[in-house]
Amino acid sequence: MNTETARLRVKTWICAVVVVFSNVFGNFFMKRGMPPQLSTPVEYITVLFRPWVSLGVLLMILWMLSRMALLSWADLSYVLPVTSVGYVLVALAGRIWLHEQITARRWTGIVLIMAGVALVGGRTAPRTAGAGQ
Amino acid sequence: MKWMWIAIIVAATTAGEVLQAMGMRRHGEIRDFRPGAIGRAMAVLARNRYVIGSVVAMAVSFFAYMGLLTIADLSFAVPATAVTYVLETVLAKYVLKEHVNGLRWAGASLVICGVALVSL
Repeated sequence: MNTETARLRVKTWICAVVVVFSNVFGNFFMKRGMPPQLSTPVEYITVLFRPWVSLGVLLMILWMLSRMALLSWADLSYVLPVTSVGYVLVALAGRIWLHEQITARRWTGIVLIMAGVALVGGRTAPRTAGAGQ
Repeated sequence: MKWMWIAIIVAATTAGEVLQAMGMRRHGEIRDFRPGAIGRAMAVLARNRYVIGSVVAMAVSFFAYMGLLTIADLSFAVPATAVTYVLETVLAKYVLKEHVNGLRWAGASLVICGVALVSL
């Protein structure tokens, strides 16, 4: 593995970790701060100023920016499955902190997602040579 | 009501993410992560019409997602919106012209199956 490939691999993994965790905690904090009902357009704006929702939104902004950075050098068809590990972590956050019920079928789905992520993330290069040039 | 929100989220997210990938591909790899350089990159990206389109689509998706979160569990809302995977992987191949090889298809298919099970 040459230096350029190693540099890209390390940068890709650091960025992917930021993308995943900002997404998981952004979603979690937003759900935590969300009221049971939003009836008027004004409420959609005012709810953004609740502390938990604000924190969630800030993390979602970090998620979007880190994801854009990642997409500047990695393929979308690589980024999508690798960052999908976030679905598993979101389900766990819902189970542990929001006491949501997760059935055996959902856990099976989680295992399939992990398998898919391992398959794509472990063996293929982050970037298609010359794609989109 | 739940599925109406999901339909809006899926359509807007798919459009937003493909536009975002097109915009970032056009911009090129970001190598410098110092604050000044990031600021300059953002100033350039703010004039990129694909990035502008993607931000508008993402905003629509975001407010629809807030609507969904008020009525659905977190462990339902997040996986259910992953229906976008199917559309996005296909668009990655045909619109972005990425070489989606056998392993990526296999991995993406497993992820899609998993996401479907999680959301049921």
